[in-house]
Amino acid sequence: MPNRKPHTDSTAEFEALLKSADRTRHYVLRLYVTGTTVRSSKAIANVRALCEEHLQGRYDLKVIDIYQQPDDAQQQQIIAAPTLIKSEPLPPRRLIGDLSDPGKVLIGLDLDRPDTKWVEM
Amino acid sequence: MPRAVRSRLPVLQKAPTGISGFDDITGGGVPRGRPTLVCGSAGCGKSLFALEFLIRGATQFGENGVVMTFEETAEDIRKNVASLGFDVDQLIADKKLVIDFVKVDRNEIEENGEYDLEGLFIRLAHAIQTVGAKRVVLDTIETLFSGLSNQAILRSELRRLFGWLKEREMTTIITGERGDGQLTRQGLEEYVSDCVVLLDHRVVGQISTRRLRVVKYRGSTHGTNEYPFLIDEEGISVLPITSSGLDYEVSPERVTSGVEGVDQMLGGPGYYRGSTVLLTGTAGTGKSSMAAQLARSTCARGERCLYFSFEESPAQILRNMKSIGIDLAPFVRKNLLRFHTTRPTVHGLEMHLVRMHKLIAEFKPTVVMVDPISNMRAAGTLDESTNMLVRLVDFLRKSNILGFLISLSAQGKAIESTDEGLSSMVDTWLLLRDVESNGERNRLLYILKSRGMAHSNQVREFLITPGGIRLVDAYLGEAGVLTGSARLAQEAREAREAQLAAEEVERKRLALDHRRKSTEAQIEALRAAYHAELEEFERIAAGETERRQEAERIRQAMARSRRITGTPALNGRK
Repeated sequence: MPNRKPHTDSTAEFEALLKSADRTRHYVLRLYVTGTTVRSSKAIANVRALCEEHLQGRYDLKVIDIYQQPDDAQQQQIIAAPTLIKSEPLPPRRLIGDLSDPGKVLIGLDLDRPDTKWVEM
Repeated sequence: MPRAVRSRLPVLQKAPTGISGFDDITGGGVPRGRPTLVCGSAGCGKSLFALEFLIRGATQFGENGVVMTFEETAEDIRKNVASLGFDVDQLIADKKLVIDFVKVDRNEIEENGEYDLEGLFIRLAHAIQTVGAKRVVLDTIETLFSGLSNQAILRSELRRLFGWLKEREMTTIITGERGDGQLTRQGLEEYVSDCVVLLDHRVVGQISTRRLRVVKYRGSTHGTNEYPFLIDEEGISVLPITSSGLDYEVSPERVTSGVEGVDQMLGGPGYYRGSTVLLTGTAGTGKSSMAAQLARSTCARGERCLYFSFEESPAQILRNMKSIGIDLAPFVRKNLLRFHTTRPTVHGLEMHLVRMHKLIAEFKPTVVMVDPISNMRAAGTLDESTNMLVRLVDFLRKSNILGFLISLSAQGKAIESTDEGLSSMVDTWLLLRDVESNGERNRLLYILKSRGMAHSNQVREFLITPGGIRLVDAYLGEAGVLTGSARLAQEAREAREAQLAAEEVERKRLALDHRRKSTEAQIEALRAAYHAELEEFERIAAGETERRQEAERIRQAMARSRRITGTPALNGRK
């Protein structure tokens, strides 16, 4: 938890709080793929690399083959494959495709904010 | 050889939808194992069409189904069809139906790189497998286009999906929203080329009518017209009513018109069963009363009568008819008589026709009354109402139902014509009119035509009495037809004349009697004279004989005295 500061700069305090939360928040990710297609493998590799780079130690990634788990596909409202669902932290997000653009994936997972950006604001 | 080839060729298999009427116009339903596109604008009933196809498949044809819905949740669907009496929950519990709601939320979805719609395929395959489905509904798959931006992927995936469904021989209905200048917004008709059905909900003159048209049906003949359809508590009914031909059976049986005098005028037994009777008349000439008489006599035989009223409510009709001694209420209670009252402007004409068809098919009457047909104009143009009535008449004839059409003719118009131009359609045409004379108005009835029966050429006056309608003879006087009190005066005059004539005859008879008696006396006198003469004659004749015998005797005596003996006198003469 962040340190309590005097009330004089509440905005700065809020920003700092957000920043630290960003860094500590736990990510729950589910990647739904269809067997071992090229697209599936690509998506798996891309997600893994990204998680290791940005979310080390604070993510929970599961890869699910919807051929094996068709009920999951229905429950999770999977339409396209591959689909990456971020259920935590809120808001939920789903990314579809082989995730070949890491920059967009970061935006999609709300991981795109460098610390400085917030300070500047 | 061509014949042999044809018999071996696979005939297009059809899957019945169970939607009343649709299977008739398509000759059996939608193409089996292939996708059918049902398109139309919002609120035209396409989802309902698809769902009814699916539910009837599961309940009536033993073909389980899967509905993949993109707009409504399973709960929405359950509620929507519950009003039609379908229990979706039970079907799901019995493993006959699967509802899979596909949520496409653009706000949640972000596209990144290549993807396909395998998720949909897997879900569909899973659902199909769960219930062993033969039928699939995709209600409205176009929603995908609003959720996903990569058109190229979407289109190729849709093409793949339809191919995939075909491969699995799923009888599929895909719904699509009507687009500008094309059948569907996203051009789905491009992918579904076997059968396309267009639903339409049109408002003309503030009156809405739902219509259905089979735009395309590859490999099959189909009705190409626009057919009105109806959504009611039993689902969709399509009526292929324009297909009616003229090849119906006719009945020689006659049924009473309910009024004794009218039966007499028609040559005895009444109308032909299954014929069409038109009754025209100006306002207040007793048209509805004639109908009520017919209704009573029909129901009294234990047959059913359906009364379409576009003017009065059933309670009003019952009350008014009771006042002239026609109590119809018991027949209503016994379900022999049914009233159906609506305002003509409630629906379009087609809709009226559809409703009439439905009610007739349901109630199975032998007599159908429409009171009045002239009001149908309010729901369309004159041409349209004529067209509709012709089709109604056709339908009634085909079903061997006596049609009793009442038409109100406008005052001052040629009375022998109907606005609806129906005169050539009907078999029997009764005309009611009123004549005004001597400060009173009296009702007349005559038969303008009646096909196939010797009917009276007389104009008859009729009275509406507390005991119903009674026909009396109309008198022709110097100033025309005498009715009412003029007729009564004439009747009195005729009675007096008849009495005078009778007296005259009696007088003549007495005179003749006298004459006979005097003649007889004369004959007696003559006979007496004759007898006297006869006696005289006989007396003279007898005297002459005596005289001749005396002369002979004298001659023989003289001969004896001259001694001529031995030989007879005659020999001596020789």
